[in-house]
Amino acid sequence: MAKQAEVIERMAGSKPHKGRKLALEIVTLLLFILFMMPFVIVVLNSMRTNSEIINEPVGWPQNIGQLWANISDVWNNPTFNFLSALKDSVIITVLSLAVISIFSSMAAWVLVRNKAKWSNFLFMMYVAAMVIPFQVVMFPLLTWFRTVGDFIHIPLLRSYQGIIFAYLGFGEAMSIFIFHGFIKGVPLELEEAADIDGCSRAGTFFRIVLPLIQPVFVTVLVLNGLWIWNDYLLPLLVLGASGSIRTIPLAVQGFNGAYVKQWNLIMVSTLLAMLPIIILYLFAQKYIVQGMVDGSIK
Amino acid sequence: MSSKSKRKLTEALFLVPTLLAFVMVIIIPFLYGIYYSFTNWQGTGAATAWVGFDNYKAIFREPGFLHSFLVTLEFTVFNVISVNVVAFIISLLVTSEIRGRNVYRAGFFVPNLIGGIVLGLVWQFIFSNILPQIGAAIGSQLLSKSLISNKDTVMLTMVIVNAWQYAGYIMLIYVASIQGISKSVLEAAEVDGATYWTRITKIQIPLMANAFTISLFLTLTNSFKMYDVNVALTNGGPTALFMMKPVQASELLALNIYQTAFKYNNMAQGQAKAVIFFVVLTIFSIIQVSYNKSKEIEA
Repeated sequence: MAKQAEVIERMAGSKPHKGRKLALEIVTLLLFILFMMPFVIVVLNSMRTNSEIINEPVGWPQNIGQLWANISDVWNNPTFNFLSALKDSVIITVLSLAVISIFSSMAAWVLVRNKAKWSNFLFMMYVAAMVIPFQVVMFPLLTWFRTVGDFIHIPLLRSYQGIIFAYLGFGEAMSIFIFHGFIKGVPLELEEAADIDGCSRAGTFFRIVLPLIQPVFVTVLVLNGLWIWNDYLLPLLVLGASGSIRTIPLAVQGFNGAYVKQWNLIMVSTLLAMLPIIILYLFAQKYIVQGMVDGSIK
Repeated sequence: MSSKSKRKLTEALFLVPTLLAFVMVIIIPFLYGIYYSFTNWQGTGAATAWVGFDNYKAIFREPGFLHSFLVTLEFTVFNVISVNVVAFIISLLVTSEIRGRNVYRAGFFVPNLIGGIVLGLVWQFIFSNILPQIGAAIGSQLLSKSLISNKDTVMLTMVIVNAWQYAGYIMLIYVASIQGISKSVLEAAEVDGATYWTRITKIQIPLMANAFTISLFLTLTNSFKMYDVNVALTNGGPTALFMMKPVQASELLALNIYQTAFKYNNMAQGQAKAVIFFVVLTIFSIIQVSYNKSKEIEA
């Protein structure tokens, strides 16, 4: 009886429970503060002069107004050229995501709806290709892109079209795999009805299937989007460190190389680099988290 | 044109864009890559000659590469453990009854949104400026010098930064798995008098087996392929001695491959290293697939 009463008491959230809850809350808060420390350090040191930082790395900013001075220094710096890097990152990420998601869903749909040997073979080839690491293709890719670019008279190196095409190649295998798993569960009846109503094959896909598979687009967009936005090595190789097209990671690394140990300016450059994705996260947090979880479990 | 052949044509056209990109970006460079690793390829247009296994023989005699290989394995082991332990602890905290758990969940994921180059720079500042001052203030010999410029602690900094960045992602997988455990099971255990600790070790952990497997392989491949943070945080340094030769203390494989090709201008040997890299990753995946298969039979 006594035990039962204790359990009832505990479930009602009385004393022993409360103590544990408070302890967990304190531990979580401390851990969270520790996790957020690097961001706090970035913001605080973006508000200081370099001599302040060198003399006393751990310290409060003397003058908040220094933040605007630092930002305008970095903003107007031709080596960093933040706006142009932001523009290039947005163009490359958005267009790559568009081609990856549309073309991969089209291919996955055809592969699911054809039960022939070739479609199975093709699908298995995409799955197997997911193992191939970027490193083993990156050097030959450069030579090959140069050769092909010269041949078709459309440059594939140091150009938007080249890097977007490369992202399609590297992102499609996983995307087709994810779409494939989802489309398998889409009932065939709707497509058959559309077929009988005289809808073309392409019309069936774009008007019937595409709206039905919208949830999985979130997964594909988030997984590929975070990767492409933050990617460093592929842009470094395909666009070059000093080409006219530069993504944000390239700009940050280039700036860091040119202003070694100018920590206040480097901190501002990292702050600017972080802001776009953090702002996006504030608005689309639910989708980003859901996409990351779904993508890893599938 | 009959409607059937029109249908076939549409479907074929639907496959073309991805197939074209796949062949041009993956298949052809991959086959070239295997071939080049057996030649004296220079990456330019210059003629290449077949050299057999010479590149492979050379890289396995190179202390820099062997050291890089071992350091990568070491990093992978420590990183897999630290990321998963930190992620698991956080996932328990943010699924407990605490207030603000949704805010915490979202917050712990934030480091994962930001790229390795940016994070590497931020942590380079922390390790080389902030921590030494704190170390000097508390009179710690070890901390008062930069952990990055010490060959014995440089890999520790890599593990810390990666655990910090990646734990939030793995946490999400654990949280999803914990939320999948039915509440009634845990409540029944509580009514039966199971302590908090027993509930975690005897109920939650066994029911999360699948999430552990997924996370293990995700962190395994992520650690093995690590590049961005390596470049921005340590750039391979400082120098250490290995097989009585100077090597780069924190140069992981991906960075070693890049440096071989572009810093030492040896494209063919860099490519041979990349092929070895590919083989190791393939072995990881085969283990993963066969492990998953064996579990499917059990289930």
